[in-house]
Amino acid sequence: MSKALVVDNVSKLYRIGNTDTVAQSGNPIQRFLLRPMANFRKYRSLYNFTAEELSGQQEDKDILWALRDVSFDIEQGDVIGVVGANGAGKSTLLKVISRITPPTKGRLSIAGRVSCLLEVGTGFHAELTGRENIYMSGTILGMRKHEVDAKFEEIVEFSGVGKFIDTPVKRYSSGMSVRLAFAVMAHLEPDLLIVDEVLAVGDAEFQRKCLNQMGDAGKQGRTVMFVSHNMAAVARLCQRGLFMKGGRLIQDAPINDVVYSYMTAGGGSESEREWTDMNDAPGDDTVRLRSVKVLSEEGTPTGTVDIGHAMGIQITFDVLEPGHILSPYITMVSDSGLDLFSSADSNKQFEAQPREVGRYTTVAWVPAEFLAEGTHYVRVVMRAMNRQQLAFRESDVVAFNVVDERNSGFGHTWWEGKPKGVVRPSLNWSFEFTEPGMVIEG
Amino acid sequence: MADEPQTDSGAMHSELPVTHVDSMRTWGFVDFAELKEYRDLIYFLVWRMIKVAYAQSIGGLAWAVVQPAIQIIVFTFIFGGLVGLESDGLPYLLFSTCAIVPWSYMSGAMSASSGSLIANAAMLGKIYFPRVIYPTVPIIAGLVNFGVSLVLILAVLVYYQVAPTKNILLLPVLFVMMMMVPLAFGLWLSSLAIRYRDVGIVMGYFMRLLMYTAPILYASKEIPEEYRWWYILNPIVGVIEGFRAALLGSASPDMFIRWDSLITGFVVLLVLCVSGVVYFRRMERLVVDVI
Repeated sequence: MSKALVVDNVSKLYRIGNTDTVAQSGNPIQRFLLRPMANFRKYRSLYNFTAEELSGQQEDKDILWALRDVSFDIEQGDVIGVVGANGAGKSTLLKVISRITPPTKGRLSIAGRVSCLLEVGTGFHAELTGRENIYMSGTILGMRKHEVDAKFEEIVEFSGVGKFIDTPVKRYSSGMSVRLAFAVMAHLEPDLLIVDEVLAVGDAEFQRKCLNQMGDAGKQGRTVMFVSHNMAAVARLCQRGLFMKGGRLIQDAPINDVVYSYMTAGGGSESEREWTDMNDAPGDDTVRLRSVKVLSEEGTPTGTVDIGHAMGIQITFDVLEPGHILSPYITMVSDSGLDLFSSADSNKQFEAQPREVGRYTTVAWVPAEFLAEGTHYVRVVMRAMNRQQLAFRESDVVAFNVVDERNSGFGHTWWEGKPKGVVRPSLNWSFEFTEPGMVIEG
Repeated sequence: MADEPQTDSGAMHSELPVTHVDSMRTWGFVDFAELKEYRDLIYFLVWRMIKVAYAQSIGGLAWAVVQPAIQIIVFTFIFGGLVGLESDGLPYLLFSTCAIVPWSYMSGAMSASSGSLIANAAMLGKIYFPRVIYPTVPIIAGLVNFGVSLVLILAVLVYYQVAPTKNILLLPVLFVMMMMVPLAFGLWLSSLAIRYRDVGIVMGYFMRLLMYTAPILYASKEIPEEYRWWYILNPIVGVIEGFRAALLGSASPDMFIRWDSLITGFVVLLVLCVSGVVYFRRMERLVVDVI
């Protein structure tokens, strides 16, 4: 088999938090005059690194090693999953491979064409029609015009946009434009396909469709690199995994081993999400989601809960407009992508009564002895009852691991290993006992 | 690092073309083979730029005529009428139209090209294609506007009944030089602008400087002969003098081809374009990290 990609000792450095020498020196006039010179030095030093800095012997707090001595090969036809916590260097790695940014050290060799999907709808322009955007986006992502021509019908079919194909995309619903953008991406046929977390958008059914399409890409012998926090998807699609941590590649192994290490490292799956900027927060003008946290029984944030303890999902949202009847609910999703159960806000007073403007923090308590071991993902949805629509629907907002520290399960008597099923409720078992002699037959 | 052992690059066996990416900051020129692979993309980017410029406007491409026409009318009224500038013995309207139409193209393409990397910062960070495409697209897209606005030149030539001379054969050369102007400045300024946003701030003044140091509103013979060698270093002088000579040869004895400004202008442009490409290629590697 021939190689699709060889990454050889690649490092990527960024200079962060430049120390400002001018700010601490001299009088204001001196500073004013020195400023341009200092700025010049500062902007130059952004990309110039001394040999000493490059050697990495000394830890320099100005320098961030986004990638550090990363080496690996990919065979043609491999489907590789890259996992790691935020800031582990996954995206930087993809950007280096897709030639968006060069490595600071090291080299890599890529066979054939690369298409890199770092976001949905690269090259889309709201003023252009669906048809025009298919061509625009397709060529930006590396297709030739005749290739788009050949795939055009299929792309339109896949997107389900149909008769709106000659309407400017700005008139589309956001769902429609996302589907169209995805449809273009799903029909790329590069030699190496790089996908970064883009599946985090779109509705569940469409996500599944895209995952299948990507799985097919792998089966057709195309090389795929796939970054995701969705362990279920990674495990399903990929054969091999790369585990990144702190810019280093710490494990390169079959995907199940990598997923296991990642999970046990408490990795990636954030148990806390917060939107500090109101404009980025999910929602609309009536209500915005501000934070979601996994709480322990004591009410402190946690990422791991023991099966023997209750736990809570804390949701904080800001109501921005009065007069809406709002009902939040959560759906618990297993690591295989199965919806386990949903639960809506049980506070009776909000069922018919509009919420006042302000911040609400509400906790959904999940009882002890209920969830099975493993990673769980939480979807948070806000219904606006009087408008009969969703204000937001955020999948995989937080994740947490359920562990069994006591190993209570079924103890040593459980001969098959782990208990089966997606939940593990503690049921009340009653019994009656009758002595043999007392059994009356017939 | 130079002292590290080089791994065998021959380890990469593939029937597909192999691209090598390394940390070296190279001095390179344009990779024309790579650009050819992206010709469909260039076509669609150019086309998108034209389409988006006039999206949801009533006037559409008519604006390509109206905008320079208004400029010509204003300048003719102020400088030809009120100030009464000398215009080589020609009607001022005729004189200025032949300069303002190409200048509109050059200035428009130049500012779009210089700002192209900053304007596309989001896309730069998400997808790779040869970065030199960014400053080139506005230069090609502007040609459509320019083509339409040639109607203005045709109109004044017909109105003043100016017969063409053999000087008109110079036009293809002038079109090339006219495109080299925004290319030269666009390559330099777009790559400078990613590091130093000062470029965006001084851009407006720079354009006016170029405009007033070229014979667009006045006749070049107003410049004293002893300064001419300095004057023609501005390549726009050669382009504008060339356009007037090519179009108005029969209208005034002053309208002859001035080879000094043409050749100097061409050499200056060539130097700026080649050095611009080299500088751009060196800087493009850093675009995403610095922008």
